[in-house]
Amino acid sequence: MDMFINFLVAAVLAGASLLYGTVGEIINQKSGHLNLGVEGMMAIGACAGFMAGYRFDSLVIAIIAAFLSGAAAALIYAVLTVTFMADQNVTGLTLTIFGCGLSNFIGEYNITRSETGNLKLPEHIMSQLRNIHIPVLSDIPVVGKLFFSYNIFIYLGAIIAIIVYIYLFKTKTGLNLRTIGENPAAADAVGIHVVRSKYINLLIGGGICGIGGAYCSMIVCGGVWMSDSVNGMGWISVALVIFAAWSPLKAIGGSLVFGAFSVLKYYMPKSVITLPNAFYDMLPFVITALILVITSVRKNKGRMQPASCGVNYFREER
Amino acid sequence: MAENSEIKSSDYAIECKEITKTFGTVVANDHVDLSVKYGEILALLGENGSGKTTLMNMLSGIYHPDSGSINVLGKHAVINSPADSIALGIGMIHQHFKLVEAFSALDNIIAGTPGKLKKRSALREDISAISEKLGLNVDLNKKIYNMSVSEKQTVEILKVLYRGAKILILDEPTAVLTPQETEKLFDMLRIMRSEGCAIIIITHKLNEVMAISDRVTILRKGQSVETVLTAETNEKKLTELMVGKPVSLSIERPEPIDPKPLLNVYHLSVDKPDGTVALEDVTFDIYSGEILGVAGVAGSGQKELCETIAGLNGIRSGAVLYNKENIIGKTAKEIIELGISMSFVPEDRLGMGLASSMGMTGNMMLKSYSKSKGPFIDKKPARELAERLIKELDIKTPSTEIPVRMLSGGNVQKVLLGREIESAPSLLITAYPVRGLDINSSYTIYGLLNEQKKKGVAVLFIGEDLDVLLELSDKIMVLCHGRVTGIVDAKTVTKEQLGLMMTGSTAEEVLGNG
Amino acid sequence: MAEQAVQNREKFRIRISKRAEVGTKKAVLFRAISVAAAIIAGGLFILCIGYNPFSVYGTIIKGAFSTSMAFQATVKVMIPLLISSLGVTLAFKMKFWNIGAEGQIIAGAICASYFALFHADLPHFLLMIIMFAAGIIGGGLYGLIPAFFKAKFGTNETLFTLMLNYIALYVIVWLRDGAWADPESGGFPKIARFVSNAQLDKVGGIQVGWIIGLILTVIVFIYLKYTKHGYEISVVSESHATARYAGMNPKKIMLRTMFFSGAVCGIAGMVQATGSDMTLATSVAGGVGFTAIIVAWLAQLEPIAILIVSFLFSVLEKGSSVMQSTFGLSTYCADVLQGIILFFVLAGEFFIRYKFVVNGKERN
Repeated sequence: MDMFINFLVAAVLAGASLLYGTVGEIINQKSGHLNLGVEGMMAIGACAGFMAGYRFDSLVIAIIAAFLSGAAAALIYAVLTVTFMADQNVTGLTLTIFGCGLSNFIGEYNITRSETGNLKLPEHIMSQLRNIHIPVLSDIPVVGKLFFSYNIFIYLGAIIAIIVYIYLFKTKTGLNLRTIGENPAAADAVGIHVVRSKYINLLIGGGICGIGGAYCSMIVCGGVWMSDSVNGMGWISVALVIFAAWSPLKAIGGSLVFGAFSVLKYYMPKSVITLPNAFYDMLPFVITALILVITSVRKNKGRMQPASCGVNYFREER
Repeated sequence: MAENSEIKSSDYAIECKEITKTFGTVVANDHVDLSVKYGEILALLGENGSGKTTLMNMLSGIYHPDSGSINVLGKHAVINSPADSIALGIGMIHQHFKLVEAFSALDNIIAGTPGKLKKRSALREDISAISEKLGLNVDLNKKIYNMSVSEKQTVEILKVLYRGAKILILDEPTAVLTPQETEKLFDMLRIMRSEGCAIIIITHKLNEVMAISDRVTILRKGQSVETVLTAETNEKKLTELMVGKPVSLSIERPEPIDPKPLLNVYHLSVDKPDGTVALEDVTFDIYSGEILGVAGVAGSGQKELCETIAGLNGIRSGAVLYNKENIIGKTAKEIIELGISMSFVPEDRLGMGLASSMGMTGNMMLKSYSKSKGPFIDKKPARELAERLIKELDIKTPSTEIPVRMLSGGNVQKVLLGREIESAPSLLITAYPVRGLDINSSYTIYGLLNEQKKKGVAVLFIGEDLDVLLELSDKIMVLCHGRVTGIVDAKTVTKEQLGLMMTGSTAEEVLGNG
Repeated sequence: MAEQAVQNREKFRIRISKRAEVGTKKAVLFRAISVAAAIIAGGLFILCIGYNPFSVYGTIIKGAFSTSMAFQATVKVMIPLLISSLGVTLAFKMKFWNIGAEGQIIAGAICASYFALFHADLPHFLLMIIMFAAGIIGGGLYGLIPAFFKAKFGTNETLFTLMLNYIALYVIVWLRDGAWADPESGGFPKIARFVSNAQLDKVGGIQVGWIIGLILTVIVFIYLKYTKHGYEISVVSESHATARYAGMNPKKIMLRTMFFSGAVCGIAGMVQATGSDMTLATSVAGGVGFTAIIVAWLAQLEPIAILIVSFLFSVLEKGSSVMQSTFGLSTYCADVLQGIILFFVLAGEFFIRYKFVVNGKERN
């Protein structure tokens, strides 16, 4: 039983970066942009968050830096695809190559300039990154461990997912955004500011991805800078959007499931089955591939990608 | 123009002066003038490509004029975006509906309106109030993808009225409606006129201009040639203004020579990829030397009928006999290889009939490229054919290698039809061959079809303009929801009778009742 | 009131409008301008991190060309990039978003490595032929998987091929840690070095892959431009409906083309493993599959242009490695510069198709 609770907790921790990436990408796709740059935006957020935390020793500044830098990366994407109407696939891929390269570059650049040969977050911020402890609540057996004893990123992620859900599905602005994602010409014809709205939402999505990146570099790597800390999470996030059927709420469940797959190797009792580690590492990607196939087999009009996703909008197109 | 001196300009809801708009090197609008008053229906008449939609898109903020001015209620107005246009009380119903398929009618209507999201019940009441006044009926919870064309149009109208539009622009609203639905739309427009709305209706159908409008502004090649009072004109005069020269409005209909059954379709049932019925128990014959017209509301199974005969679709049951040989189950390639000379001019010219980024040469070998021996393609005969067609059909293109999507609609159709006729078919299937063409190009196409008919070719003609179907075809088959509601003699049937059959009445009911 | 607001906005306003078709010469000029702008922007980046852009760029050029050793190394970098760019071009010509070159390179490398590791006693020439064929088949079949699901169910190939990249990568890890582990590595996870009989020959001091790459460039050029297959690919890329209308079987063409696309990438993997790495490493693809997509796109899917662009990218890549020893800058710098160049070229494409209009007056 303890083992199982530990497994669930580990799954939550492993899935958190996916949640940020997925929610960010959902906003992107709802505005009609299939952004393949999630990995890059997360990498840039990872770097900015870590470096800001390293320099200023403040979690708040780190998170803000991660958000802003993710948004800045998204701004490159937005300028190219919204204003310059560049191919979304190529732009997204480039953003990933650029973002990962920049992130690693800045990381190594700072390492070579550090005295110790590595970068370690200062003590104060490390204490802020530790699991929270709420009196009484955190002490309840099982429940306390399962719900009230995580680091701050976990709660922030869940709150962001819920807010984004309300924003997308319960407000007029969200309805307008979804209209853009489905049919930008229809949105434009009813007076919705398509370009402005796309910019704002791509930036917000990018910012959320950036925080997800900061989670990777600051929590997953245990406070020591490592290259490639995002390590494919951005790509899984893109796929998880489909699994979550473009709903931020389902993304919470989805990231938990995927988190579980990625930590399975540590919790699978050796007596049940012994498989090579590589197999477990491969599992999230295999599952994602399977989900892609399954969703394409069951074509469901309610569970479809926003119709204009991947297609740039030009008002005077004839 | 003369009336300008009598009426103060502030009486006009909208007044456009000297509007010019160019796309690249194409001048779409060239110093166009247009005005409409409140409580008036203005028809904007012009051929395809004369710049009607471009002009209206500038009123709705989609395009921005290069020069010229727009006055709304006598005041200079700058319309930079659809939001500006809506703020001025202008509402446009586009020919290609601007609706979100995955949303409900309600979400489509309220999207983009200012203010917070109200409760569904309150919104529903607001909208019902508008629709009841005009006698409109729509299920607000219904998803757009489940709607018929006329339901979608109703949603579009509600959308602009909900925003409080007092100036209404309708772009070819009747193109997709049956005669009966058209009448209903016109009744509604008359109610709105009596309530003081200014209405601009774009059309190229003369009888509708005469039926609904108070005044007519005619555009020709991007220029506004004249504005006349409807009461003081007639269809013949309007046509001359529209085309720029006198044209005979009648289409030639030569008698079929020695018709013999060529293609028999027996109890054909076809499903769409999503499992819904496309065609149900369709039976008919096509004779050589005859034009069989097909009428029906858009999406009644016309597309599937053509594609099935051409061997592009699988079927549920039935048979298609070509010279008594069943061609069902054969692929398009096998049908071509069997020597069955059948040509198919699909409705989606650039998306199906042609490869739009290729030049004429590349498109000429689309169906014949595999005939040459060896792994390599032979472009020479294709280029020669392209050059010949350019001469024979007077196709306007800078070269045989310019992508065909750069050509005008009429020339694209000539490329497609020319290639198909060149293969000397005995059966020619054409779907909406004159869609988007101007009158002269349309008559060229009718001429080409009649030429084929005289050669003994059987022609299956899918049309949308009932007037043309009535004049060109020998027989007309009417489709409704994938079923044949009747096959009638084109010389005796009336437009209203076709309209009833298009909405489900059978030929016996319609003709029996007279 | 609304009108007033509208009028105020009239004062300064930029709009985008479509350009009349631009000639080839002008298009090339626009692209040259964007590349120049990119190099300047890259220079600014270098300046920002405290180095002299001229000396850094100079070092890159020198690092790639100064000695014959350096030049050979540059070509060595170019070989897999050129070949896999040609591979993805086949798929992209069909508008099939094969992001899976990385995985197909690995699949080809794994299959070829099997023979290098376990059948190294075969006659050298025969072994080379077998390994070459194994690379083709491995990469080809791996490319066939997404094509099959796309044809059958319409599965999104972009994401699917992406997942296959990671799956392939972990297959190497699995082999390295298990069945193919080098018993003499002393616990260090790696696969044994290929014996010399299983290593690709050298021509002119560089592994024979450069000749394979040049031959493939010509083959792909002819295949796309002059064969029926090439014609079919361009029709399918236009529209599946048009292809069906013309009597083609778009699904069959998709499967065939993706097999070839994967096969060419598989060759890249085989050549890299047996000619450069002399073993099967997890880094056999090492991001080349992604860079290849960018090379192919930059070269507008023209094989001859791919030859040039992949060479330039290799110069950047090889030159950057010298930057590490000279300036202590990490090789990731190359990725950053690549990204910057591409951002500018992407933006430059816009000016070929559109122009900005300020208050009715045209500006470029």
